[in-house]
Amino acid sequence: MQTARAFDHKAMQSSEEQFLTFRLHGQDYGITILKIQEIKGWDKITPIPNSPVYVKGVLNLRGVIVPVIDLRLRFGLPEAERDVFTVIIVANVNGRLAGIVVDAVSDVINVSAEQLCEAPAYEGQENREFIKGLAQVDGKLLVLLDIDRMVNPESLDKSTAAASAVAAR
Amino acid sequence: MAIDMRQFHQTFFEESLEGLAIMETELLRLEKTAAGNGHDTVVADPEILNTIFRAAHSIKGGSSTFGFDEVAAFAHVLESRLDALRDGRLRPDRRVISLLLSSVDCLRSLIISARTGKEADKNAIDGVRTQLESLENEGKTTTASAAPAKPALATGTSHWHIVFRPHQRLFQTGNDPLRILRELSDLGEFTALVDITTLPVWNEMDPEECYLAWNIELIGPVTRETINEVFSWVVDDCTLEITARAVQSLAPRSIAEAVASMDAHTDTLRVSVPKVDALINTVGELVITQTMLSQLTTNFSFDNLSRLFAGIAQLERNTRELQESVMHIRMLPLSFAFNRLPRLVHDMSQKLEKRVELIIHGESTEIDKTVIDRLIDPLLHLVRNSLDHGIERPVERVAGGKPETGRIELKAFQKGGNVVIEIRDDGRGLPFDRIFSKAVERGLLSASAKPSPEEIIEIIFMPGFSTAETVSDVSGRGVGMDVVRNNIRSLGGTIEVTSQKGHGTCFTVRLPLTLAILDGLSVQVGVHTYIMPLVSILESVRIQPEQISRPAGSAELYGLRKEFMPLLRLYELFHVEPRSTDLSQGLLVIVEADGKKAGLYVDDLLGQQQVVIKSLATHYRKVEGISAATILGDGTVAMILDVTGLIRLAHAGTGRTVIPPGDAPITTAVSPTLN
Repeated sequence: MQTARAFDHKAMQSSEEQFLTFRLHGQDYGITILKIQEIKGWDKITPIPNSPVYVKGVLNLRGVIVPVIDLRLRFGLPEAERDVFTVIIVANVNGRLAGIVVDAVSDVINVSAEQLCEAPAYEGQENREFIKGLAQVDGKLLVLLDIDRMVNPESLDKSTAAASAVAAR
Repeated sequence: MAIDMRQFHQTFFEESLEGLAIMETELLRLEKTAAGNGHDTVVADPEILNTIFRAAHSIKGGSSTFGFDEVAAFAHVLESRLDALRDGRLRPDRRVISLLLSSVDCLRSLIISARTGKEADKNAIDGVRTQLESLENEGKTTTASAAPAKPALATGTSHWHIVFRPHQRLFQTGNDPLRILRELSDLGEFTALVDITTLPVWNEMDPEECYLAWNIELIGPVTRETINEVFSWVVDDCTLEITARAVQSLAPRSIAEAVASMDAHTDTLRVSVPKVDALINTVGELVITQTMLSQLTTNFSFDNLSRLFAGIAQLERNTRELQESVMHIRMLPLSFAFNRLPRLVHDMSQKLEKRVELIIHGESTEIDKTVIDRLIDPLLHLVRNSLDHGIERPVERVAGGKPETGRIELKAFQKGGNVVIEIRDDGRGLPFDRIFSKAVERGLLSASAKPSPEEIIEIIFMPGFSTAETVSDVSGRGVGMDVVRNNIRSLGGTIEVTSQKGHGTCFTVRLPLTLAILDGLSVQVGVHTYIMPLVSILESVRIQPEQISRPAGSAELYGLRKEFMPLLRLYELFHVEPRSTDLSQGLLVIVEADGKKAGLYVDDLLGQQQVVIKSLATHYRKVEGISAATILGDGTVAMILDVTGLIRLAHAGTGRTVIPPGDAPITTAVSPTLN
């Protein structure tokens, strides 16, 4: 209780933002907590025919049909075995819901404006558009993601077009 | 005690709009009797006049109660003219009727503006009001004088905005602002707002000084000179600004558009009491069943097993009944969509100088409200098309040996799980040769092509296709048949066209009864379950391997009773692992849509069930071959197949490549020639 109050107090004091952090292929990532609706365990997913590989399918979230994206596949990483730590983070972006499969959730942390820095240009940066920035937290590098871009319909459609172009080859 | 009147506003709006619809219908009926007896004037049926009067009267009453003064003022003028009609002081000739119809439009836009807060077209409304007011006087000379058929409105009506700010010494020069304002008010439609910002406090006021200013709106056939003349005595003793405002005339076109764009999408639903009663009844029974079941389970012994089964059967029946009554609440008669067509036909046929009789059958057929809302625009478009392109001018018709008056027939009826709407005209039919040459011109077809009538009809559904040489007021305004078809498809419906040169065209629209629930057949492909809409399934057959052919190494065709249809392997299309790729191990479900058939290969049939349709596009997007999703009894999601899309895919042969699992060579689906 004590810590929670201190938390809020701190968040209000400075230009800090809270992020939900999770692990993916040994790397820590963060998503702004304001866009997160809930966290679910791995559940049965129904595949959608002819969708991009990283769209694992759809999930029944209390009667709402929610698409589920495998973030590893979205980033071109190898797919992982599902285990007890596998979770689906349900994000709400402008009223549209999307589930994101990650290896495990870690924590909720505060990141201040001073801790943030821009991602530098680097080799093979095709996924760079999803990266909002980098942060150094407790000596670890945290990649802050732009959830809006990852789940917006245009981005899904664009890559679908690309995927079907691949299929057509 | 202050009562929040706003809670009644919604009801008032709805009732008023309904009243206006009644007035419109009755006015059109009045006119029809005029056309019927061959005279321009009518001996009006007093009952019709009374109905119209009552509707106007209750709108007037309601609007003044709720403080919609503009509506009330207009309704008052209209009501007194209707009263004159009832007393026989005014004769309902065609001109009067069409003016009254315009008044209905004005009231409607006033009410919509009161509801949405958006400004109504004030000039147009004032124009109609002026005409209404002038009716009384000339109406006494019962011979329908052709006098100002289009009075002030079209001939130099202007809208002046005048700021009149007298200097404080105005009274001392012997002038009186009241005289000026009176004079102005005689010139036309006049409203003045007094500006009291410069008024001092009481004890500082000098009664011999003028502290007031006026903002004046003046509408009428007034020139700037006339206004200057009015102010000529005071022009040196005041600040005067006279500015002209643009006048938009109420052209006939805007009426047709207003009717078309009329706010149909109300977010409330008025439900008939019997429907609610049925619902309450069913809920009552459900509660009884539930009580019975819970009593049964408190001290359950196996002696009671049969009673438990009976109770569960009853629960099942209650649930189904409840579902049906709930679905019924959303059902509205098609007359909601059909009602606006007579007016459209009336206005348009006058404009196009055509004679048309509109016949409507089956307007009491019920269909889901959502479907109705989204059906209105396509329907208006189809009727407009029939009128503009289909029906010929009277001279042309007589020359063709047809009666002068054309017919547009609307017919709605239920057939299976669908509602069918036919829009049939007895006009000239589709100009196949012109469509063909236009298609060649635009590079859609080669000149040497010999398309079948069906293929030609397909062309009119292409985006942006129009045979109209010039875009007319009534049709060819952006919305094409492609939009109509897309709208209907988005409702899960289909549209078909048949046409015969010189004898007319018939559009057949097929729509599902409701958007929310679907009778489906669940089928299995590998470990996955898919739902096929029952309405599109003809039969399912065991595959006879000798009936499969691959003409010229192309896609597979299946022969069933002397008919050949493309065979689609669902597992290939959806890239899933099937239980077996050996066709003789599974089943072929024969489906039909748009009059075309296809066989879908599945591993097994699981059973028939009703499913609740859940959109995929809400959080994801539309998926090819899938129309929606649903949740099965065990909580998992199943995809609902888009049979129409799949058949189109199979028949059109979009050149889409299908990669079968494994390393088998890539097969390309090509269009098989059928029939």
